[in-house]
Amino acid sequence: MTRKQRRMGVIGIGFVLLAAAVALISFALEDTIVFFYGPTEVVEKKISPGTRFRLGGLVEEGSVKRGESKTVKFAVTDLNTSMPVVYVGILPDLFREGQGVVTEGVLNQRGVFEADSVLAKHDENYMPAEVADALKKQGKWNPEDKT
Amino acid sequence: MAAEIGYYSLILALVLAIYQSIFPFIGASRNDERLMATAVPVAQAQFGFLMVAFFALMYAYIVSDFSVENVFKNSHTDKPMIYKITGVWANHEGSMVLWVLILTLFGAAVATFGQNLPALLKARVLGVQGTISASFLAFIVATSNPFIRLSPTPLNGQGMNPLLQDPGLAIHPPLLYLGYVGFSLVFSFAIAALIEGRVDAAWARWVRPWTLLAWMFLTMGISMGSWWAYYELGWGGWWFWDPVENASFMPWLAGTALLHSAIVVEKRDTMKVWTILLAIIAFSLSLLGTFLVRSGVLTSVHAFATDPERGLFILGILAFFVGGGFALFAWRAPAFKSGGMFAPISREGCLMLNNLILTVGCATVFIGTLYPLVLETITGSKISVGPQFFNATFTPLMVPLLLLVPLGPFLAWKRGDLAAVAQRLSAAALFTAVILVFVFAWVEKGPIMAPFGVAIAAWLVAGAVSEFAFRIGLFRVALMDSLRRAVKLPRSVWGTSLAHGGLGIVVLGIVAISAWQVEKVEVIDVGGTMQVSGIDVEFVSIEPRTGPNYKDDVGLFRISVDGKLVTEIESAKRLYQVPVMATTEAGIYSFWTGDIYVTLGDKSKTKNAWTLRIFFNPLAQFIWFGAAIMFAGGAISLTDRRYRVGAPRKKGSKKRAKAPAKEVPA
Repeated sequence: MTRKQRRMGVIGIGFVLLAAAVALISFALEDTIVFFYGPTEVVEKKISPGTRFRLGGLVEEGSVKRGESKTVKFAVTDLNTSMPVVYVGILPDLFREGQGVVTEGVLNQRGVFEADSVLAKHDENYMPAEVADALKKQGKWNPEDKT
Repeated sequence: MAAEIGYYSLILALVLAIYQSIFPFIGASRNDERLMATAVPVAQAQFGFLMVAFFALMYAYIVSDFSVENVFKNSHTDKPMIYKITGVWANHEGSMVLWVLILTLFGAAVATFGQNLPALLKARVLGVQGTISASFLAFIVATSNPFIRLSPTPLNGQGMNPLLQDPGLAIHPPLLYLGYVGFSLVFSFAIAALIEGRVDAAWARWVRPWTLLAWMFLTMGISMGSWWAYYELGWGGWWFWDPVENASFMPWLAGTALLHSAIVVEKRDTMKVWTILLAIIAFSLSLLGTFLVRSGVLTSVHAFATDPERGLFILGILAFFVGGGFALFAWRAPAFKSGGMFAPISREGCLMLNNLILTVGCATVFIGTLYPLVLETITGSKISVGPQFFNATFTPLMVPLLLLVPLGPFLAWKRGDLAAVAQRLSAAALFTAVILVFVFAWVEKGPIMAPFGVAIAAWLVAGAVSEFAFRIGLFRVALMDSLRRAVKLPRSVWGTSLAHGGLGIVVLGIVAISAWQVEKVEVIDVGGTMQVSGIDVEFVSIEPRTGPNYKDDVGLFRISVDGKLVTEIESAKRLYQVPVMATTEAGIYSFWTGDIYVTLGDKSKTKNAWTLRIFFNPLAQFIWFGAAIMFAGGAISLTDRRYRVGAPRKKGSKKRAKAPAKEVPA
């Protein structure tokens, strides 16, 4: 086997692997990525029920209702629009009214967001960028602010 | 005073680093031995000054000197001493000081221990190393000075993120940095070789121990980070494909590839260009990781401060080294002549395939990590690329690699005999098949692919055992002879077997926890019992307790199996005072078969009941145990005589290079 043949062989295998990776990535990007919207965007973009996405915003003050069971209801707001959310399970430590939150799930027919995960970020100061933007417009957000 | 001493030490170190980034190169180009030799004490002194700066900062933390802004922002008098000490690197500025401290440690180490390096190579390696440390010291001094004073002095500090107040902080970041930054040295060797225009077996022999060292620490650093996240975050998971995790995983993948390709350069004098490229890539990914984590592009516990200026500065450093490295590579690499030829089925061929798969896998992680950032910059829409993406792309790509691992060490150099390898691995293959059938028969639930995952793990472990057994001639010669052979075996063979076997154990843990994790969430009265995977968890009591800087609600849980009490564990909800923040302190008890993992949720509004979230994580501990075995394998390899001797002793090394080929006849 000459040097050239060997090199072509390696390049060939490399291409096969790359092609496999590209195919996997493009399929995966279609199926697995999840878009992130604020409540206002959900309304503006007319997101249809059944679409899986991430909803981010502030937990609206006074909206958290815990049932006797594990179901929790609350609303996510960007101070323009507010969207009701139901979630079954344990809320993360950093979940508090007035704080930033990101939830993932599906919008149901009645316009309620059925979240199957509520994401806790590691940091108490975490703000979803959209929420930060919305709050900045209202002049209410101070990045230096520590709770 | 301490702060001023620390600051001046940083500046002096910067001046030395600038010297080190210029004069060794001039010395090398003029072949001026005396000028080149100056790099050694300069590199050592730089490390010394960094030590002074680091301990000055630590001193400010220990005595709670709140006139130092960095201490004020990240510490508090109530914080326990261990977190005052480790808190030094639990913030942006301090962690950068640790980063550069370790960078100069590697520089000083190669200056001190690289006595048998050729003068030219050594000068250039130290020169590149000096350039890296000069850039990062400039970064610290210009944008991230930890020694800024405040006036007036505040009465108390703002405290540290409670999630970081854990012994894990003492271990994870230093180990991870030793790994990340260790690749800087490999990069420096690669750049020096490109300048010199020569890569040979001796070069590979110098580079390999440093690569191995960096790889070991990175392995351990990632594993410790994962373990920490597992018990501290209370999510019951061990890996989240979070961008900061990926940032450390990418250099690990590239480093693993490099570790293997450097063997080929040493033994067979081929794959040189590729190895140089990998060295550049591995360190570029380390720098990328530093950029992603430290610039504030990502929001996470690791991103301490969002400051565009800092992000741009690190991006500049990244562009300089990555761009410069690749440009030099494009210019000089084509001149390298490839050495030994080999057939596709050979150890070289196998290692090459290993490299291709690892780099392609690394590329998928790279795309998954950066795609959301790029998309957001271009279109403004925000997406998240989560575990599903990586499970669909990275995982299938790794399967052929894992299947290949046991074959590699059995294949001969140059031309391997697949039939002979198959014969030697027949016992391992049989074992794997039995495991596969057994798992299929025994397990009712879980994904259909999971038993295959277990089989792959069995294949890896059995393959590693087979290789070792073959090397010592187990069952073919008398047992005493086998033992004698085991003692005489090169340490690197021990290391390979251990690392590959450890990988199998990691895979087993990953497959088990991914496929058969059980999660149950229920509202339970105090005194009630919840059953998970046949384990009874009795909620005995809950009471408040006060810690040094927090208040706990401690739940006591009695774990029993078949009515027999096994142990009692505590699980708490903790509320820190400064800053005010709640954390979950999971209660974990490890059985041989897995972990029972109890977290406390919210109290019910009306009765004395709490929401409990209980996981059973099958074989979870295997993940970290396996990683520790991989680390041990690396450590044993590192003590191999070849590395201890270090010098390119032509005669001895040639003999050893041929030895494996003899043991595995084609």
